[in-house]
Amino acid sequence: MFCSFCGGETATGDHERCRARLSLIDPPRYCAECARRMVVQVDPMGWTARCSRHGERTSAEAAQR
Amino acid sequence: MTTASTDTATGTTGEGGDILAVAREQVLERGEGLSEAQVLEVLRLPAERLTEALALAHEVRMRWCGPDVEVEGIVSLKTGGCPEDCHFCSQSGLFDSPVRAAWLDKDRLVEAAKQTAKTGATEFCIVAAVRGPDEKLMEQIRVGVAAIRAEVDINVACSLGMLTQDQVDRLAAMGVHRYNHNLETARSHFPEVVTTHTWEERWETLQMVRAAGMEVCCGGIVGMGESLEQRAEFAVQLASLDPDEVPMNFLIPNPGTPFAHLDVPQGPDALMTIAAFRLAMPKTVLRFAGGRELTLGDLGAEQGMLGGINAIIVGNYLTNLGRPAEQDLEMLETLKMPIKALNDTL
Ligand code: SF4
Ligand SMILES: [Zn+2]
Ligand SMILES: [Zn+2]
Repeated sequence: MFCSFCGGETATGDHERCRARLSLIDPPRYCAECARRMVVQVDPMGWTARCSRHGERTSAEAAQR
Repeated sequence: MTTASTDTATGTTGEGGDILAVAREQVLERGEGLSEAQVLEVLRLPAERLTEALALAHEVRMRWCGPDVEVEGIVSLKTGGCPEDCHFCSQSGLFDSPVRAAWLDKDRLVEAAKQTAKTGATEFCIVAAVRGPDEKLMEQIRVGVAAIRAEVDINVACSLGMLTQDQVDRLAAMGVHRYNHNLETARSHFPEVVTTHTWEERWETLQMVRAAGMEVCCGGIVGMGESLEQRAEFAVQLASLDPDEVPMNFLIPNPGTPFAHLDVPQGPDALMTIAAFRLAMPKTVLRFAGGRELTLGDLGAEQGMLGGINAIIVGNYLTNLGRPAEQDLEMLETLKMPIKALNDTL
């Protein structure tokens, strides 16, 4: 698994600051499955993030988790 | 420029007396903004005088602007891939930033305007990450603005970088109500922030926008390594432009940008800057923009609203997320600050 903020492996390194940013002001930028940079679109009420390999994630789905 | 020496421990000057007492008479009573030297005195006030400075800035805002809060939503029509090198910006194509280029289609643009209007917002700003618009972008703006104006009750603003006279005229003819173009920082600090264009080029676009009858929206970012002197310089440079709106951003150190390693501005410092900017510009719309979530948190946002701010961006920003719009609307209700109605802005 990879960090959606910095793209590093979640098993190694310290991602506490990454998690803080993701919980406050950042949409995911890297695919958690393959660490590819995603195409992210932010609009006033949500975001979509698309990995060319693993498809699209949205803020609506993320909120349900 | 005053040559008075400041006792930094108390904020009293040898010449004019206590700076907040001077501001009370000059700004609150007469509506005359502080000079550069006076703004600097406010910025240098000790932390224990922050509450007092914010209270005065709030009184100034209530006296000269009233209790209404102008609510705005913004959306990125074209994200990333910008050829400029603004060192704070995750959308520059010159840095190793994770932000990839993307375009928003017309349906999503109109939907974003509708969602924004539902919050009670009166302004919707369409933003593109470009040096200035090309023909393709101008055409998308024409189509998008027409669609929004046909379907949604909201003022449309644009932020598309530096403009030619022809582009200014065309945007005005499309009914674009306000144009945003930030000077970003003090003129003397600008070369440390941007090298691919100049502060003066930005100033020229703003002059053309004003002459064409569009409202001028111009602000910047606090916390990009500027000194307090440069912050005061910036406040009076903005005041001399006499903008209709000043958006205040606080630096978000974004990965991959040259400013990635700068610290997030501290809350008290940001709040004192808000108070000082209000005292420099008693009558402008002073808007909370990006970075307030990191710098101020929920409590600081309220302090800012009670310290000179009279406008907010609700919902998300261009590449960063804001707190949920409902939370800001609840805050305004708690503070008993009515949302400015559309017919008050036309
Ligand atoms: S011109 Fe705008 S989008 Fe481009 S790098 Fe500068 S701030 Fe970012
Ligand atoms: Zn990380
Ligand atoms: Zn993937």
